[in-house]
Amino acid sequence: MRYYAERTLQAFVTIFIVVTVTFVMIRLIPGGPMDFMRAQLMQQAQGQGGGTTDMARINELVEAYTNVQPDKPMWRQYIDYLNALLHLDLGTSVWYDREVASILASAIPWTVFVLSISLLINFTLGIGLGALMAYFEGSRFDVGSTLFAIVSTSVPYYVVAILLVYVFGYRLGWFPTGGRIPSDVEVGLTVEFVTGALYHAALPVLSLVTGFAGLAISMRANSISVLGEDYIRVARLRGIRTRNIALKHVVRNAILPIWTQLLISIGFLFGGSIILEQIFKYHGVGYFMYQAIQSRDYPLMMGGFLVITVAVVISVYVADLSYGKIDPRVTVGDEE
Amino acid sequence: MSNPERQGTTADDSPFEVRSDIEITETERWMQWADRTLLAPLRIAADDWRTVLGSAIIGSYILMGTLGVLLVEPTEQNDGEDLVGPFQTAEFPLGTNGVGEDIFAKIVHATPEVLLMSLTGATVAVLLAIVVGVTAGYVGGTTDRVLSTLIDSQIAIPGLPLVILLAIFLEPSNPFVIGIILSIDGWPGLARSLRSEVLSVKKTNYVEAARIMGDTRPRIMLTDVLPNLLPFIGINFMNTARNIIFAAVGLYFIGALPYSLQNWGIMLNKAYNSTALFVPEAFHWLFFPMLAIILYSAGLVLIAQGTDRLFNPRIRARHAETVEESPDETA
Repeated sequence: MRYYAERTLQAFVTIFIVVTVTFVMIRLIPGGPMDFMRAQLMQQAQGQGGGTTDMARINELVEAYTNVQPDKPMWRQYIDYLNALLHLDLGTSVWYDREVASILASAIPWTVFVLSISLLINFTLGIGLGALMAYFEGSRFDVGSTLFAIVSTSVPYYVVAILLVYVFGYRLGWFPTGGRIPSDVEVGLTVEFVTGALYHAALPVLSLVTGFAGLAISMRANSISVLGEDYIRVARLRGIRTRNIALKHVVRNAILPIWTQLLISIGFLFGGSIILEQIFKYHGVGYFMYQAIQSRDYPLMMGGFLVITVAVVISVYVADLSYGKIDPRVTVGDEE
Repeated sequence: MSNPERQGTTADDSPFEVRSDIEITETERWMQWADRTLLAPLRIAADDWRTVLGSAIIGSYILMGTLGVLLVEPTEQNDGEDLVGPFQTAEFPLGTNGVGEDIFAKIVHATPEVLLMSLTGATVAVLLAIVVGVTAGYVGGTTDRVLSTLIDSQIAIPGLPLVILLAIFLEPSNPFVIGIILSIDGWPGLARSLRSEVLSVKKTNYVEAARIMGDTRPRIMLTDVLPNLLPFIGINFMNTARNIIFAAVGLYFIGALPYSLQNWGIMLNKAYNSTALFVPEAFHWLFFPMLAIILYSAGLVLIAQGTDRLFNPRIRARHAETVEESPDETA
């Protein structure tokens, strides 16, 4: 029980840290968002030929966009900021001139959709291949797979993405080069919608899936070291069937260290969506964050950062809870 | 050890005062130390084709970043015709880009920054991970709880977006600073695994012995715990360096870092945002910076994979000349 309580507390602590970090970044960095937006708006006003620019009006606009009232004391601003976030008020996007929360709310399911498929495929393939490599250790299959793994871990996912979109999108035209669903399909639980969504998600998923080789290498190493353990020998002496030893003793123990990698790859994937979704023009959270970076749209940028982080914290939390299921030791409060 | 047999003790000698009959000078001791900690790993490394190939690749990048920069002249716009294909002229071995710059020269001149960035980033990340991870694991108690909370929080904060925000606010143009910013993403995972490694080393007999002998905590950490983790740290150094360069090139590619430096990511960005995706004749403009990244990280991955065996103290002992082999291990 204590384990679950600690994990829950951990999740809240993380979110609190992130919110504070964003607050500090918006407020305290010189030349940060506030100054930048003021300059941006002043330029806009002068560009429209209004002659004298009304500083009070500009300050008002900056406040409206960012939810920040600079003349209040710092602690008061911080409380207001937390309060606004609790009410899901992330400010207004300068570029799209829409509420940040509504832009991102419509985008996040798509990002989660692509990432969860990739994660699932990655771990199934990685664990499967790694276990096979360990089983046939030293064979030609093992050496060949190791070579493949070395090559594929050397290629960054965005390079894979560019190559995929170049070959299958632009040259061959087999897959769409952008968008989330075909333009003539309505959102709803229809066959067209589901297949259309999968069709558009195929290339982004494929570019992330190449990461499974790295997992296979760790799984192989873990399995080999588990194979040398005494309890495997005991299991064999007890006459337990090979298949049961492989599944219940080897794989189950070899997976444990991989769980940490799962946690890290969740954050990595969500962060990477900024680069990935831009390449595929896939309108998820990462795509809007990219647009915000390009146009220096700070409210959207900060909102994107917060939404991505909260998504990662929740996923890591779920993964942590399930770790308690596969490794019961952690839930009994074994400190070591 | 070099103390195979005890001399017979005389009556007035206490058995605890017996000295080894083999004299060993200070220099010899250092030689022994060097043999076991430095040369043995190198010998194992040289045995493995992966390490050899990896070191050759990284070595050529270092040459490219030092000598190459002196030998290859920097390129400018309109040095040649636009979009000369690769392998066609000796002047532009990898062809030219859309504004007539020599692609080969651009790749060479970006190398020093890339090397500095990944070296700085990996060093900072690994040092931070060692300090936090080893302390948390060794000291335990409340310190461990606080540091573990810190590590877990940092793991759950996606690194790339945070780094992007910092890059945009601070606008770093110095490769060292960029490396340090990028290290934020690299340390928590390693710190977490170091912590659990330390927990298992802590339980070994020799650490317990050192503790009973009254060695201070920092001394035990430095002399008993850390040396056992060195191969593990080394492997992770390579992997972190690779991740840092992936992130740096990615950030330049999406334009989150200022365009003040030469970088393969900037080349990618320029090519990607012009015609390279649509015109087959321009594909080499996109392809060669990609190849530069892939080869560099392949070098790092190969070294990391090849040095994996250093983890095993048995293999290490077999390659150290000052360690006498017992007959059953010579197989």
